[in-house]
Amino acid sequence: MTITIDQVRKRAEADAKTYGLYLIPDPDLLQAFLEGLKTNEERYGYPSCPCRLASGVFELDRDIFCPCDYRDPDVAEYGSCYCRLYVNKDIYEGKKELPLVPERRPMNKQGRAYDAATMPKPQPTTAPATGKEEKEEFIQIGKKLWYCKQCGYVVFREDPPYVCPICKAKREFFAEIRTKAEFTG
Amino acid sequence: MNILKVPGKNTKHKVLIYALSTCVWCKMTKQYLRDNQIEYEYVDVDLASEGDKQKIRETITAKGGTLSYPTTIIDDKTVVTGFRKDLLKKELEL
Repeated sequence: MTITIDQVRKRAEADAKTYGLYLIPDPDLLQAFLEGLKTNEERYGYPSCPCRLASGVFELDRDIFCPCDYRDPDVAEYGSCYCRLYVNKDIYEGKKELPLVPERRPMNKQGRAYDAATMPKPQPTTAPATGKEEKEEFIQIGKKLWYCKQCGYVVFREDPPYVCPICKAKREFFAEIRTKAEFTG
Repeated sequence: MNILKVPGKNTKHKVLIYALSTCVWCKMTKQYLRDNQIEYEYVDVDLASEGDKQKIRETITAKGGTLSYPTTIIDDKTVVTGFRKDLLKKELEL
């Protein structure tokens, strides 16, 4: 997969604009971030966070696709994301310095980058193999259906989002949807 | 493990950086040491073998570090997490 720095930049700029954020104002640092994202996208097939060690397995790295799951709560608390690629207005305008942002990603998820090669890969129990499945499809991480009690947004993932992408409700507003499948005949 | 050495005039302390090749603050840390002519070694963990990644995790956590990059280990004992000019300056006596 090839992608240009310009494409990476436009995507980041568009995302920042959508969420009322800014990209780090220092042009050299910004360029270095964009190059890191480009490298990861070409290496893994997705724009994994340039400041975190990725496993290379799609499902295990989902939470650190840039913009990562932790960006919005980190910006709310510290004024920037963990990497400091995304910043708030005060930092962008130089009214506040770049903060030190501690890692919010849980340890068990961080550990996956080191354990991915040795994680058990159970065989699929559903449809027979077509030869097209990739290895990440066989790594099970226990995804669930979650819904936002405020706006009804539904998402299928390991944990509920920190912030609802639709109505901005906090994680506490998410509840699991428990489904029951019955097969007859 | 592929540990690379960057020569420098100042060899007072043994400096080892666990870095990511894509990480901006890892690059800044390396640059800061070069600018101050500090000799250092580094490993780009994202380019390491799976076995070496496990060893690196054990080494960093055994010294009380977190799995954030850059992690700079000075004289085999002091751990500096992140690009912390203030701490590097103090620990390296700059």
